[in-house]
Amino acid sequence: MKLVTAILKPHKLEEVKDALEAFGVKGITVSQASGFGRQRGHTEVYRGAEYKVDLIAKVRVEVLVDDQDSDAVVGVIVKAASTGSIGDGKVWTTPVEDVVRVRTGERGSEAI
Amino acid sequence: MDISTGDTAWMLASTALVLLMTPGLAFFYGGMVRTKSVLNMMMMSMATVGVVSIIWVIYGFELAFGVDGKSAWYGAIKISDLGNQVNTVANNGGEYPIPLLVFAAFQLMFAIITPALISGAIADRAKFVPWTIFVAIWTTLVYLPVAHWVFAFGNKVGDVVTGAGYLAAKGVQDFAGGTAVHINAGAAGLALAIVLGKRIGWRKESMRPHSLPLVMLGAGLLWFGWFGFNAGSALGANGIAGLAFLNTQVAAAAALIGWIFVEKVRNGHATTLGAASGAVAGLVAITPACAFVAPWAAVVIGFLAGVICSVAVGMKYLFNFDDSLDVVGVHLVGGIWGSLSIGLFGSSAVNSIGLDGLFFGGGTALLGKQALAVAMVAGYSFFATLIIGFAIEKTIGFRVTKESELEGVDFNEHAESAYEMSGSTRGGSLI
Repeated sequence: MKLVTAILKPHKLEEVKDALEAFGVKGITVSQASGFGRQRGHTEVYRGAEYKVDLIAKVRVEVLVDDQDSDAVVGVIVKAASTGSIGDGKVWTTPVEDVVRVRTGERGSEAI
Repeated sequence: MDISTGDTAWMLASTALVLLMTPGLAFFYGGMVRTKSVLNMMMMSMATVGVVSIIWVIYGFELAFGVDGKSAWYGAIKISDLGNQVNTVANNGGEYPIPLLVFAAFQLMFAIITPALISGAIADRAKFVPWTIFVAIWTTLVYLPVAHWVFAFGNKVGDVVTGAGYLAAKGVQDFAGGTAVHINAGAAGLALAIVLGKRIGWRKESMRPHSLPLVMLGAGLLWFGWFGFNAGSALGANGIAGLAFLNTQVAAAAALIGWIFVEKVRNGHATTLGAASGAVAGLVAITPACAFVAPWAAVVIGFLAGVICSVAVGMKYLFNFDDSLDVVGVHLVGGIWGSLSIGLFGSSAVNSIGLDGLFFGGGTALLGKQALAVAMVAGYSFFATLIIGFAIEKTIGFRVTKESELEGVDFNEHAESAYEMSGSTRGGSLI
């Protein structure tokens, strides 16, 4: 099993969610995130005083998938989230040792 | 003199309007600080409502406006007897057909908001109980005497006037409190910012406003309440009240435009904080002048107030004092500009009790008087506040500890926190 983690622009969340549902994933987890990459931060001005805002708001989307689906899921996310401009985010996969469904106690692929 | 029901009804409404400005100020200031100190910021305003109201009915009104007073510097030193004056009419340089008690209540609201304005200079770092003690002492030693200098036109019986304030008797024109309220609070704010010192991390860390919607809400409430402040200062429902009302509106509007115009040119964007600040700067500037100038002049005074104050708020970085929410840049500078502007734009054709300013053939006589009032009020307020502030800091302590400041004054001074964000709840249960 793999955990696919994506850091994305917040306004692309709906499109990514719809694309993943259409692909057939069983569930996703979304959380708010902030950080910087090549896009870096931006400047805000309050009563003439300039503040550098380093960390930009992003969403983190996490999907648990079977090994054979992981490349396809990454492709779905990248396609849906891309705007072509700097700051689109990143997607990565990590191996997962085990998964347990809390309600039933099912393990592994059964629990995804 | 018989009571005029129309005048009295307007003054009761105005009084409530002016009270609303202080909770409005709490929102205006509260939105500008960080989440860890918004409650303390709002509480500093609310506490002045509590402290000053009590002082007012015990001795405060007498010390500012008492008819038994004979001094030009303070009113009567006595415990007030307002309960036995229900049928007395107000007399302030002549009788007004409104009850004395309504006049007293109206003036109370001015005494409340003035120390509340000061609190913006010491955001995030003041101990709460010392603040309330400061408010009591400052009101007694600074606000009440200065209000007497400016607002007390004396007890007039026949042609004899007794106990008029020094500046009022000199013919200084301050319709609703450019000197006694705004310059007074601004100079005191500068003094307290010096006494308490800079916040930890000032000019290094981001201290941007945590909620601009709260700032906008506060600006709206201030603007609305200001109609009572300025038009109510006519002490009647009449043409002068109408003039003050209209001038208040157009000056605030022009200052809003002036401030965001500077921002757009200087920084590239017109900001909501700039619009809110500009409106308040215009309201400050027109306060002393609103009954003495024509509406077109109010537009000029307001627009220039927006421009001047938007530049003046940068002074603290130049002179290195942490006037956190720009009490100096908005209230001191705006108050000075507004008070002096009467010496330029004042016109006796607009208001028969007014005088002609420099642009209306009056020469520099009025401008000179206005400058004297500005210097006296600013000077007295600054030095008296410096002494009061240092006395409190050296005895019971005025500034919170470093740990308390870093963790946040809301939690450490009030055992509360303003917001519980979903997803970051701290849990816990009732004990």
